[in-house]
Amino acid sequence: MAIDKTCELFECGHRACGGCGAALAGRLFLKAAGTETIVVSSTGCMEVFSTPYPETAWKVPWIHSLFENASAVASGIESALKVQGRKEKVVVIAGDGATLDIGVLCISGAFERGHDITYICYDNEAYMNTGIQRSGATPYDASTTTSPAGRVSTGNKRPKKDMPRILAAHGSPYVATASIAYPADFMQKVEKAINTPGPTYVQVHAPCCTGWGFDGSKTLAIGKLAIETGLWVNYEMVDGEVTKVKKVVRKPVEEYLKEQKRFRHLFKPAPVTGEIAKIQAIADRNAEKYGIDIKLPPKKDA
Amino acid sequence: MALNVGCAAPPGRSTDNKTGSWRVFMPRFDSEACSKCGMCQLICPEGCIRQTDAKEFVPDYDYCKGCGLCAEECPKAAITMVQEEK
Amino acid sequence: MALEIMEGSIAVAQAVRRCRPQVVSAYPITPQTHIVEALAEIVANGELAADYITVESEFSALSACVGAVAAGSRAYSATTSQGLALMFEVCFNMAGMRLPIVMTIANRALGAPLSIWNDQQDSISLRDAGWLQFYAEDNQEAVDLHYIGYKVAEDHRVLLPTMVCFDGFILSHTYEPVNMLTQEEADAFLPPFVPKYRLDAASPVSMGMYATPEYYLEFRYETDQAQKRAIEVLREVGREFGERFGRDYSALVESYRMEDAETAIVAMGSICGTTKDAIDEMRAEGKKVGLVRLRCFRPFPSEDLKAALAGASRVAVLDKNIVLGAGGSTPRGAVALEVRDALYGSTTPVLDYVIGLGGRDVRIEDIKKVVALSEAGDGDRFYGLRTEVL
Repeated sequence: MAIDKTCELFECGHRACGGCGAALAGRLFLKAAGTETIVVSSTGCMEVFSTPYPETAWKVPWIHSLFENASAVASGIESALKVQGRKEKVVVIAGDGATLDIGVLCISGAFERGHDITYICYDNEAYMNTGIQRSGATPYDASTTTSPAGRVSTGNKRPKKDMPRILAAHGSPYVATASIAYPADFMQKVEKAINTPGPTYVQVHAPCCTGWGFDGSKTLAIGKLAIETGLWVNYEMVDGEVTKVKKVVRKPVEEYLKEQKRFRHLFKPAPVTGEIAKIQAIADRNAEKYGIDIKLPPKKDA
Repeated sequence: MALNVGCAAPPGRSTDNKTGSWRVFMPRFDSEACSKCGMCQLICPEGCIRQTDAKEFVPDYDYCKGCGLCAEECPKAAITMVQEEK
Repeated sequence: MALEIMEGSIAVAQAVRRCRPQVVSAYPITPQTHIVEALAEIVANGELAADYITVESEFSALSACVGAVAAGSRAYSATTSQGLALMFEVCFNMAGMRLPIVMTIANRALGAPLSIWNDQQDSISLRDAGWLQFYAEDNQEAVDLHYIGYKVAEDHRVLLPTMVCFDGFILSHTYEPVNMLTQEEADAFLPPFVPKYRLDAASPVSMGMYATPEYYLEFRYETDQAQKRAIEVLREVGREFGERFGRDYSALVESYRMEDAETAIVAMGSICGTTKDAIDEMRAEGKKVGLVRLRCFRPFPSEDLKAALAGASRVAVLDKNIVLGAGGSTPRGAVALEVRDALYGSTTPVLDYVIGLGGRDVRIEDIKKVVALSEAGDGDRFYGLRTEVL
């Protein structure tokens, strides 16, 4: 089924920051999902910028209950639709905080029970709506308000929680990572996730100009750099096995980090080479684990 | 309008909020240089870029926030950000 | 009228079955487990066309119900004590979203200290949330209040979630004779759920938007007004139930031997059964005692209560809960606080007895002792405090 790229199910007038990666993710997933979709939103940026009563940007049926229970609400909707014999698809859209941290109970239960729902996590790598606090998806050494860089700290001390694998371990038939920097790929993955029966998951990297500290016009460029440095890997897992990975000609992590204020402390007043090396090691491990490096042919002598 | 039970509302009211007023810079579209790839329309976070009957892409300036993503991503550099005359 | 002897939990499960919920979302917790187990068996045997979700916590149980009701299905859950406390956030959310449901509460004490035994702290502690709250004296009432609960909750004048409370173990695990409606009778009384809004691609709506200071107060006003309207709807529905099935539920408060009562006892739940027996004994001894039983705690029937207590010289409130820290230098329970509010301006003394907490047994002789204490003006105290273990 071809995705109707001109169909706009997310209206103008929403209050996202100019250049917002999450807003783009919202528009794109709805294009892939279409009108026969019931959306469940958790509390967070997307919910707040799209639904101050009575202005709603959503042209599909939409519900917001609480911060952490979108998966449980979705379970109940899916259950009701089954009994009523209805065919709409249930799609959850929630941020990284709502998914990886406070929502872990509900998402684990929903996936264990095997409900036919699609869960899209827009990952802007912190609790952005409340002012940029650290979440389980915040990358190593990122400065947030609750993991700030300071005289005795280089920022967040932990790597990203590997939520896709956690959900694959629950037996999810389709798990994917995506990025708004590759919109067609993201939409294809959403479509696949929705059309795969059972609980499916797409975690979409949604760079946040306000929270990460870069100009709103660079949202896609930053997203591309994350992938090109290996700090974000776009892949698909079918029945727990990695099937497709986006390969890159890798760039050193500095090229990504130096563009963002949240990593500025690694460069100013002087490069913190030890920490940058650790982040490079994370990227190298990702590269090895997923096989993202394009093997260039050896250079011919001129 | 009566208050809707349970904080519910039908679609359509977000367009009351004209976010074009947020802008500092505005995108100027050069239809000559444009290759009609549709990338700008796809990646605008507002979804405010429409294609006219003449197949040109134009933003809805009532809602364009001037973020500059379209200008940055246009493969033909057909969009430039200019300071808005107020 | 056929009577069957059944365990309270099983009777409730059978009543719920006749209400035809399409989604049952259940997490086990003592002393509610027999209800959800019985319902699981009912569904497994094809006796109820419902989807039964074995959720991973009570928080998820009620959240799933939010989704199911929003999608247009009648839903059901049951809980108590710690489970209800875990649902706290969802309770406020569901009432604010005006999504109707009936949830059975098999009343149980709240920890710490952990207790599996009965008191009414759990549901009482959620009295601010906007849910309707009904308290059953016996298992027949518990059963009937489920049919009535759905009909009142789903009425478009109300649209509020509802707790049907019955005392854990004392009622839930006790065998009593009950009359069960036939499925046809239940269907005639309780038609299918017609939501005001529902999640439907044919007619999209956004549910659960957020409210700025410009709107929040008005939403709260509307929810409070729905509680107020529930009084009249409950009277109507209760009367209809009586006309159809011979058991009238139009009274939000029940007066027992109050005609010339000097001492009026006010209480809720199964303790009222014991109290009625105690009153019969005291009356035989010449004491003028009566009971005003609150069948409905939310909405609080202030006017009806005031009228029922009009002739009494004193009011003795039995509180199977305690509002810790209230009352200045004396202990205070929630029922007494609201009774005093209803009687504001009256000079009738209201004496509060915190009694039966954590499953402490309340017997006929205890009720008699409470009445004696009230006659001596000795109230606003714990009843039966074991000072020897302090």
